[in-house]
Amino acid sequence: MSNEEKITAALTQKFSFLEGKCNITRARRVWVDVDRNHIIEMLDFAKNELGFNLLCTITGLDVAENLEFIYHIANKEGIVINVRTNAPKSDPVIKTVLGVYQGATYYERELEDLLGAKVDGLPEGRHYPLPEDWPKGQHPLRKDWKRENLTQKIKTEE
Amino acid sequence: MGRVVIPVGPQHPALKEPESFTLYLEGERVAASNVTLGYNHRGIEKACEGNTYIENLYLIERVCGICSHSHSTCYITAVEEIAKVEVPKRGLYIRTLIAELERVHSHLLWLGVAGHEIGFDTLFMYSWRDREVVMDIMAMLTGNRVNYAINKYGGVKRDVTDDQKEQVLKAVETLEERTKYYIDVVYEETTLINRLKDVGRLSNEDAMRLFASGPMARASMIDRDTRRDDPYLAYAEIPFNVITDDHCDVLGRTIVRAKELIESYKIIRYVLKNMPQGEISAKVPRRIQAGEAFARYEAPRGEDVHYVRANGTDKPERVKLRAPTLANLASITNMLDGGYLADVPIVIAAIDPCFSCTDRAISIKHLDSGRENVLDFEGLRKYSIEWYKNQGFDASKLNKKLVL
Repeated sequence: MSNEEKITAALTQKFSFLEGKCNITRARRVWVDVDRNHIIEMLDFAKNELGFNLLCTITGLDVAENLEFIYHIANKEGIVINVRTNAPKSDPVIKTVLGVYQGATYYERELEDLLGAKVDGLPEGRHYPLPEDWPKGQHPLRKDWKRENLTQKIKTEE
Repeated sequence: MGRVVIPVGPQHPALKEPESFTLYLEGERVAASNVTLGYNHRGIEKACEGNTYIENLYLIERVCGICSHSHSTCYITAVEEIAKVEVPKRGLYIRTLIAELERVHSHLLWLGVAGHEIGFDTLFMYSWRDREVVMDIMAMLTGNRVNYAINKYGGVKRDVTDDQKEQVLKAVETLEERTKYYIDVVYEETTLINRLKDVGRLSNEDAMRLFASGPMARASMIDRDTRRDDPYLAYAEIPFNVITDDHCDVLGRTIVRAKELIESYKIIRYVLKNMPQGEISAKVPRRIQAGEAFARYEAPRGEDVHYVRANGTDKPERVKLRAPTLANLASITNMLDGGYLADVPIVIAAIDPCFSCTDRAISIKHLDSGRENVLDFEGLRKYSIEWYKNQGFDASKLNKKLVL
């Protein structure tokens, strides 16, 4: 049994809802689909029991009616679990992972700014990476967003 | 005593790129600090979705001026994984060769910047002189000093000849001798040690908790290197040591980078000696089949990661990248707080930060006129000549050609 298989076995044993949701695509790459309500307990287990203590980044995607989020977490052996979850655009709320991964602040702010996700539990703070005077409701990484959408003038040299 | 608030940046002599730090001082000590990012966000991820894969290769290469090969290789590795292309081994070896030369170039550059920030400008002059050696080698191998553009889908564009190998080996010999001298300096020069020791401390636990990456992490005793842990290119076959240090301060970061140079020379020699014969590239279709991949890459400044999703067309559905500096910035306030104001520049510099690749473009459109602020090369040239003319300097009379 390879290390990757051991990891998926441990995950499915702990969480019955992960049965059939784990997929090993190549050496050191595991993909897991999780409901957004279970994401924190799953990441907590992966970090504290399986040693996945590095969150490489969080990718956000605009997929038709949904926003998709992929948490790329890695362990010492170089294995990466790509944990995928979804939220409908009508209710784009995910819980913050700061309780598990404390270095995730910028990654979560980026999801809020660029994709218009709402990260529940993320403390108030400055925008990243968009400027403070960026018009509200404009999220550049949404597929339907175009530069022409900007109706409010952004400061320029002129 | 009341607190004094000092803004550093976005434009500041101690910063090479726009980013801003707010420092709350009690006397000379930094009591608290915070950082604001995003001044150089260029919207590259959004631009990637509208470009073809081929166009993206050129764009991604320009995410960063120093680790251009890192970004391009990380991205191309992800695309090739989706397309299920097997890159010929010789191609992988050449990519590895460029990757390590880039690391040498980046670490020597950093050593100079660090020297400069602590008032040790002799070190700056020395290491930047040596950096010219590796940049000349890069120009010889790829045609460019920066933005090497050696990668193409399926392999590399240029082969390495035996004569070039000789020249690289000769250059490496020179550089190794000089690097050994720098290592002696780092271990023995008391002024340097006293200036850097205990400055910008980052404990092992904090480095782990806040995802410090690359030399930053390794100088806080985290034994992590993507080249060894999650090997890509030809690294699985190449013997090298991962350098760690237990100083957990700027001195440790200097030691790690200096010693990593020696490891890079070892890797370069190994690659040149064991480079297999054969093709340097494979054919890749313009349309990439649907799929997704996540690639990791040990850039000189830390771990660079790219995620690519393909939808079966000639344009990617999504490209996500995270440059190493963003990972390292999470711990910056930890390192600044409690230290002296005078230490701030070197602590920031010790991340080897690259803010422009951390931020990714918005081309500014003037709403009133509808005119876009994008200049072509001729336009830029005309603009700069005009600008200098207004300053009282007529550059159009100069007719100096670059002699190669």
